[in-house]
Amino acid sequence: MKFSSLRRGLVMSGRVLLSIPFRALPTLLAAIVVSFLLLRLIPGDAVDVMASQVALSNESDIAKWRHDLGLDRSIGEQLLDYIVNLARLDFGYSHIYNMPVASLIGERLPSTCLLAGTAFVVAIILGILAGVISGYAKGGALDQLTSAVLLLLYSVPAFWTGLLLIEVFAVWLNWLPLGGSQSLGLDLSGAARIGDRLRHLVLPAVTLALFYIAVDARLVRASMLEVQNQDYIRTAIAKGLDRHTIVWKHMLRNALLPLTAVAGNRIGAMLGGAVTIETVFNWPGMGRLAFEAVLKRDFTVLTAILVLSAFFVIAANIIVDLIQVWIDPRIEH
Amino acid sequence: MSRLIADIRGLSVHFGEHLIVDGIDFSIQENEILALVGESGCGKSTVALSLLRLLPDKGCTVAGKVLLGGRDILTVPENELNDLRGSAVSIIFQDPSTALNPVWSIGSQIVETLRRHRNISAKAARRQAIDLLDLVAIPDPHRRIDDFPHQFSGGMRQRVMIAMAISCNPRLLVADEPTTALDVTTQAQVLELLDKLRRDLSMSILLITHDLSLVADWADRVVVMYGGQICESAPTRSLFSAPFHPYTQCLLASIPPLSGGPTHRTGRLFEGPSAGVVTASAAGCRYAARCDRAEASCLSAKPAIFSVGAGSHLAACPVVKPSVSLAATVI
Ligand SMILES: Nc1ncnc2c1ncn2[C@@H]1O[C@H](COP(=O)(O)OP(=O)(O)O)[C@@H](O)[C@H]1O
Ligand SMILES: [Mg+2]
Repeated sequence: MKFSSLRRGLVMSGRVLLSIPFRALPTLLAAIVVSFLLLRLIPGDAVDVMASQVALSNESDIAKWRHDLGLDRSIGEQLLDYIVNLARLDFGYSHIYNMPVASLIGERLPSTCLLAGTAFVVAIILGILAGVISGYAKGGALDQLTSAVLLLLYSVPAFWTGLLLIEVFAVWLNWLPLGGSQSLGLDLSGAARIGDRLRHLVLPAVTLALFYIAVDARLVRASMLEVQNQDYIRTAIAKGLDRHTIVWKHMLRNALLPLTAVAGNRIGAMLGGAVTIETVFNWPGMGRLAFEAVLKRDFTVLTAILVLSAFFVIAANIIVDLIQVWIDPRIEH
Repeated sequence: MSRLIADIRGLSVHFGEHLIVDGIDFSIQENEILALVGESGCGKSTVALSLLRLLPDKGCTVAGKVLLGGRDILTVPENELNDLRGSAVSIIFQDPSTALNPVWSIGSQIVETLRRHRNISAKAARRQAIDLLDLVAIPDPHRRIDDFPHQFSGGMRQRVMIAMAISCNPRLLVADEPTTALDVTTQAQVLELLDKLRRDLSMSILLITHDLSLVADWADRVVVMYGGQICESAPTRSLFSAPFHPYTQCLLASIPPLSGGPTHRTGRLFEGPSAGVVTASAAGCRYAARCDRAEASCLSAKPAIFSVGAGSHLAACPVVKPSVSLAATVI
């Protein structure tokens, strides 16, 4: 990396980071307020749910319970409290799971990050590869085959693909586990343990990734085809460069710009997708927790998950800004 | 006698049904600036791209020969072609703002060209790239080498393109309207630079333009094209003092006094859609439809090219063919 482009990258990254208090924090605050208020608008609160579960109908007990939980105060006061607590990483207490929401999420978050993170990386890498390949041989047999497969991936719902993969790889071939994130009852350690985790990760991560592979590949293919006709590619050919340098150096870096924009907004959708995938694969992550929390009407947990998701989306956008600054020298804030 | 650098023989280009370049012959001598002039759409860029075999494979058929150093660019195998491109023959284009890759520094784009054709280390290539930037008069090349194309003005970008194009000492530089996108002052500076480089590096330049005033100021010889055919070809002085072809005469008549300096801008050719699209079925002289001296025979057969004067003054018009003309010659 030459000194001046390194310096430019650092300066621009610094600017992106400095903008966080002005752009990212207000957005996050707005997301917190909206998540909090939305769930409070739904009739019935946690006390109603718990009361129905334990068949409690004594009005004064219920009122006392509400008072103990602070649910009888004005919604503004509750919101303010909530925000102050969040600043201390206190997400409240779930009376349904009977534990602090922070530790409940703390148990589930790593699994989801592992799942979504793997799917994200796999989708980007395979998406770029497939896009480049079909852009390389536009109109050829390979391109048509890839395009057909991609269209298929693009149009089938994830739960269906998930069930199909389970049927093939877990039931028929018996290569991979049916679900869960690790083999229970086995006391594995070291490499065996990591291997076991990876075997469990393959199917859910691939299922979550498939749709996005298709999205990325179609996007990369389209931008490769567009970049192909640019004057600077003709210049590169006229210099006698070989095809690989032209495709991977001159075309790809330009073709990646639209992808970075799309990939950043994907985090939210992937967390949403994780709800389905984690349910299908019995994966102990935040998505399944969200699903359970809806059924149990655990608003404390749900609000926390919404807030966290917003946090991830905002963080992803900052990362995308950083990546774009490094890929595209023309960006000046 | 100077040496032949490039020899173009019977070059024809079809885009689908359209015959865009109609069997043209010309040659480029060592160390000369040969101007290829003609109005917009007459096929100049198509000729330029053919010289490096850069025309698209699809929908485009090229026939004839482009001989460079004894090899036919149009038929050499791909890997040999890539060895010649950028090294034996280079090209610069009209629009320097799109011809450089926006996401790579200009230094890396020059260095990769050097390393493609020369067996040198990255460090040595970088040093050489700085020297090249210095040669094309980019101020402060040590610092500017890591800048990106968008950080340069149009004229500076064209200088960078030139530095890249000459980096491996090509024998021939094809310059397709290299100054059309630039303002008048910059235009003169860039042409001055090209003129100096061809002397210092003993390189030939095919200067493609539709601006006759540039031709008068910079070219050694001129080839005039109309509708994909060559009308006339002559040393610059000879062409301007004694034009033969009615089209050339008409062009020259449209220029006020010839003494204008490099900033003289009135010699633009008239632009019209009529010159470009010609169907393959059309026989005869392309200019006949606009020529006030056309005869019936002009429409029926493609005019042969004749030697019409001293030196190598050739014209393709049977009507003005002087009685003293020599036998039909091949250029
Ligand atoms: N890729 C192409 N497909 C079809 N026709 C083309 C293509 N490129 C150029 N032409 C046609 O060829 C003719 C000559 O174009 P060009 O060589 O660019 O002319 P010039 O450079 O003299 O202005 C024009 O009529 C143009 O419409
Ligand atoms: Mg042109």
